Amino acid sequence: MRAGGFASLGRMLGLALLGALAAPGLAMADPAATGCDAPAYLLSTDITLGRVAASLKTDRKLDILVIGSRSSSISSAESTAYPARLQTLLRDKLPGIAVNVSLEMRVKRTAGEVAPGLGPLVAERKPALLIWQTGTYDAIRSIDTDEFRTAISQGIDASQKAGADVILMNLQYSPRTETMINPAPYLDTMRAVAQEHDVPLFDRFALMRHWNETGEFDLFSPSPGIDLAMRVHNCLARALSAFVIDATKINPSELRTLR
Amino acid sequence: MTPVASSVAEPIAGAPPASLAPPAEALPPSPPLQPAMRKPAPKRELRLDLFRGLALWLIFIDHLPANVLTWLTIRNYGFSDATEIFIFISGYTAAFVYGRAMRDQGVVVASARIMKRVWQIYVAHVFLFTIFLAEISYVATSFQNPLYTEEMGILDFLKQPDVTIVQALLLRFRPVNMDVLPLYIVLMFFLPPLLWTMRRSPDLALALATLLYAATWQFDLHLTAYPSGVWAFNPYAWQLLFVFGAWCAMGGAQRLSRVLASNITLWMSVAYLLAAFFITLTWHMPQLYHILPKWLEQWMYPIDKPNLDVLRFAHFLALAAITVRFLHRDWRGLNSPWLRPLVLCGQHSLEIFCLGIFLAFAGYFVLAEISGGAVMHFFVSLAGIVIMSGSAWLFSWYKSAVAKGGSQKTSPDADLAGGDA
Repeated sequence: MRAGGFASLGRMLGLALLGALAAPGLAMADPAATGCDAPAYLLSTDITLGRVAASLKTDRKLDILVIGSRSSSISSAESTAYPARLQTLLRDKLPGIAVNVSLEMRVKRTAGEVAPGLGPLVAERKPALLIWQTGTYDAIRSIDTDEFRTAISQGIDASQKAGADVILMNLQYSPRTETMINPAPYLDTMRAVAQEHDVPLFDRFALMRHWNETGEFDLFSPSPGIDLAMRVHNCLARALSAFVIDATKINPSELRTLR
Repeated sequence: MTPVASSVAEPIAGAPPASLAPPAEALPPSPPLQPAMRKPAPKRELRLDLFRGLALWLIFIDHLPANVLTWLTIRNYGFSDATEIFIFISGYTAAFVYGRAMRDQGVVVASARIMKRVWQIYVAHVFLFTIFLAEISYVATSFQNPLYTEEMGILDFLKQPDVTIVQALLLRFRPVNMDVLPLYIVLMFFLPPLLWTMRRSPDLALALATLLYAATWQFDLHLTAYPSGVWAFNPYAWQLLFVFGAWCAMGGAQRLSRVLASNITLWMSVAYLLAAFFITLTWHMPQLYHILPKWLEQWMYPIDKPNLDVLRFAHFLALAAITVRFLHRDWRGLNSPWLRPLVLCGQHSLEIFCLGIFLAFAGYFVLAEISGGAVMHFFVSLAGIVIMSGSAWLFSWYKSAVAKGGSQKTSPDADLAGGDA
């Protein structure tokens, strides 16, 4: 573990200080715990995904379409990347529901290039939920954030109009490339757009940074091999499955009794 | 004038006594150009140096990966950050130093000096770019992480060095963390006409700057960058802060002194800072996020850093107002050995700024290649600050040694000297 103890201690101290001044209800995750643990606020949302919930209750199925880039896959090990893992986990958690997760890769495309295709794609595939992972290529290309913002807005609107709920997924936390790629403006923009459109944002960046700080993963490592990627994707899938279920506001056990 | 800053500054010709912000005026650095110093040679204004030094430290810390010290930087507690301080003080000192030069030596000579300075900053920028290239070329060949295949796409530009390097020389291709110097270059480049106007009517210059700022927002003026996007600090917008600094140096601060002394200003500033603090808090604690009313979010976000959002500018003004009110220019602490490293760094801002960028690269490199870990993070930050301070001390020593040794003839080195714009 690298960026571990002290950094998170400092952060917690900072937060605690701020928290003491500000408000009650400061829920920090237990850093000692292991196994993909994450603070609760990263795994939950206030927003309800109505179509997903309806699809679960009435059609007893859940079709999810992931629009991703390279970071939604692990080359040469697709079945261990988070979309595939998400399908497995959701099938476990939602017994009796036909869960189907498919991935559409949009490699080296900015949000502006991907957005126009989303409406037709959703109309054709008819998923109940679209998970749109984006931002990395825009950050690499330093796309103007106004443009980025507009593109995401349009993508969300088009997908919703075509009949799917949307979850946004932001960039990966990538400490080694921070001197080269500045993710902050894109993270901020995605958060703002998500708020504006009442769309849940799955904060991949914060999760990965959290895991890096608690020592769950060493994301600084220069040559970790494929194993690290697989473990990270596994944790992301677990977090994402919890997040999706939370957003339906359905207790999985209800689904069982409904039958 | 070597800033063996011994004592307290006093008003200088043309410079206001109580000024806005980390106010005060830096001395024209070279002792020798005094033909027209009518008043007794003034002592250096240390508050400027102090806060510019602080800005340099904070910029360095912000450029490193987040660590314990990051919690000390002001951007975690409000809208504005160290860049505002740096640009404002740069405007202030630039106007002060070169405004005086313009008065004493004429427009042409002063403009030539400014252009020489612009050249120096440009060279510094290119030098830093070279170091950056070296670093990432190394990373490109050594870093193999299947998790980050996509992020490694950033290195694609290495495949076409012809375009990339030319674009870098044109200031259009700027790696992360290398945005401040190009802004500074552009601002300094337009300093001669600015000073010319300002010496006739500071208010007119400020009004024009405000107009340009408004036009930037209205017509979306910007400079494009390579391969896409825009300048991270839009010079059309950020010039306002620079010109405002210059305006303060040219007597504006003096005229503001009554406003600054009023309690209304104080309480408004305090209220604004607290509000900003609370809003910043919601960024760090998502649990608080929902407390903000939606209309406020709609109105407020995004807080536009490239275009120097009004909220950021106001935040800087509030900080400055409070600083000026409570930190007097003759505060004895300014001469204390504890603040000396900060003051020294502020007196050699260009050198220390570049050094800071370099150290941030180097620090990253150490963390990535040798060892990460929180202790190492902390150590790297601290070492960087010690190196910056040590170098600043060395520059001062060298300058004073040269000044002592040399005859009293004009040192052409003036622009390299501390306290320069």
